[in-house]
Amino acid sequence: MSMVGGRRSLVIPGEIIVEGNFRAGLNTYLENGKIYSTVMGLAEIRGRVVSVIPIKSYYIPKVGDIVIGIVTDNSPTYWQVDINSPYMAILQVSDALPRPIDPAKENIRKYFDVGDALLAEIALFDKLRSPLLKANGRGQGKLKGGILVEVSPAKVPRLIGKRGSMINMLKKELGCQIIVGQNGRVWINSVNEKLIDLAVKAVKIVDEEAQTRGLTERVKKFILKGKEKIDLESA
Amino acid sequence: MDEEIKLIDENGLRVDGRRFDELRPVRIEVGVLKNADGSALIVQGRTKILAAVYGPREIHPKHLSKPDRAVLRCRYHMAPFSVEDRKSPAPSRRETELSKVIREALEPAILLEKFPRTCIDIFVEVLEADGGTRCAGVTAASVALADAGIPMKDLVVGCAAGKVDGVVVVDLCDIEDKYGEVDVPVAYMPNKGLISLLQMDGILTMEEFEKALNLAIDGCKKIYEVQKAALKRKYDFTEKLKREADKSEE
Repeated sequence: MSMVGGRRSLVIPGEIIVEGNFRAGLNTYLENGKIYSTVMGLAEIRGRVVSVIPIKSYYIPKVGDIVIGIVTDNSPTYWQVDINSPYMAILQVSDALPRPIDPAKENIRKYFDVGDALLAEIALFDKLRSPLLKANGRGQGKLKGGILVEVSPAKVPRLIGKRGSMINMLKKELGCQIIVGQNGRVWINSVNEKLIDLAVKAVKIVDEEAQTRGLTERVKKFILKGKEKIDLESA
Repeated sequence: MDEEIKLIDENGLRVDGRRFDELRPVRIEVGVLKNADGSALIVQGRTKILAAVYGPREIHPKHLSKPDRAVLRCRYHMAPFSVEDRKSPAPSRRETELSKVIREALEPAILLEKFPRTCIDIFVEVLEADGGTRCAGVTAASVALADAGIPMKDLVVGCAAGKVDGVVVVDLCDIEDKYGEVDVPVAYMPNKGLISLLQMDGILTMEEFEKALNLAIDGCKKIYEVQKAALKRKYDFTEKLKREADKSEE
C-alpha cells in the first residue's frame, strides 16, 4: 500500500499498511515487520511512524481533560453524567460547586437536574471505578442556553488548532461563545440564532475534513460567505 | 415427497446450478441501522442476516464486568419468519449454542483490553435462513464491528464447506445441509491466516477434510474482498460526494 504524495489511503482493520523499518503509531500494531491497522480510517506516515486517523473514535477519559457532560441520573449524593464515552461519569456533591452543599438539607436537583449540560474536568480515572468529575473550578458548571454539537473525539485537536488557531478564528469570525470539550462535545451560544446555525455547519466541516490542508482558511471563507447571506436576509 | 433428491446431477452441477467450488453471490451493506453503533446486512444466496453492534458501553449488571478488558456478548437469533415452518421466537438450544460459537469466533480478533469494564453487544438476526447462517453471521458481525470503530487485529470471515452426494463442495445451501453428508463451518482471519471457528458435523476422511478446509478458506478469502469493498465503499462514497460538491461550488 503506497502513499501517493500526501494523500492518505483508506484502510480497514487488519489491513497491512506498510512493511519494513517503521514504528507502530496510533491505531496500528506491529507484527513480523508489518504494520497493521486496527480500525477503519486514513493511514498516515510521518517520518517512520505509521498511524491511522479513525473514522469513528471513542473518548477515553484522561485526568485533567475538560469535558462537556449531560446529567442522566442522580442520587442524594451524586449525579451520573454522560460524557460521550464508553464510561459513565460521576459528579459527587462535594465537587460540584465552589461552595459546600449539604445534601441532607437541600435537594441537589436544584443545582443540576437530569438533562442539564455542564462543563467539568476529569478529576480521577483509574482502572477500577467510573471516572470522577469536578465542576467547581473557574468557568466550570452548568451551561445555560446555547446548543450542543458532537464531533468525533479524534478531531478535537484539529478543532482547537495549533495554539488555538482554529478555535480562535471561529470565535472571532462567528462572534459566538464556543467551548470545545475534549470528549468531542462543543457548546455554541449566541443571541443570533442564524449565527449559531452557521457555527454548527462550520464545526461539522472541521469534523469531516480535519485531515485536509488549508482547512482554517477554507472554513473562514465559508463563515464569511455565510455571514454575508445572513446580512442580506436580515436587510 | 419420498423421491430421492439429487444433490449433484450428471454434469456435476448442484441443485442451484453451482459447481463444487462456486460460492453463492454475496452482497454486504454497511451502516444500515441508525440506532446501532455499527451494523451490516449480508445477503448470501437466499440467506439474509442483519448484524448490529452496540458499544463499548457500560455493562449492567456491574458484576459481569471484567477489570482488564471488555466483555463480549453475542446473541444469534432466527426471526420467526426466517424459515418455512414458523420458528418460535424463544431462544432454542441451537441458537444458544450458535451465540456462543459466533462470540468465540469473533473474540480473538477484537482488542478487548482497550476498554476495561465495558461490554460490546453483538446481535445477529437471521431474516431468511438458507444454510450457512453462522458463517454469514460472523462475516456480517465482523463488518458491523469495523463500522462501530471497535479496534480489531483483523476482520473475521465465515464460510462453510461440506460433502454432498460424495462430492466435497463449498458454501452449502439449506437443502445441501439437510440432505448432505457433512457440514464444516469455518471462520478465518484472512490477514493473519488464523482459524477462529472450525466445526464438523459428519464424517470425512483426512483427505476429504483437507479438501473441505481448503475450499472453505478459499471461500473466506473471496468473501473478505466483499467485506473490504463494502466498508471502503461507505466512506469513499462520502469523500467522492464532497469532492464533487467542492468542485461545483468553485
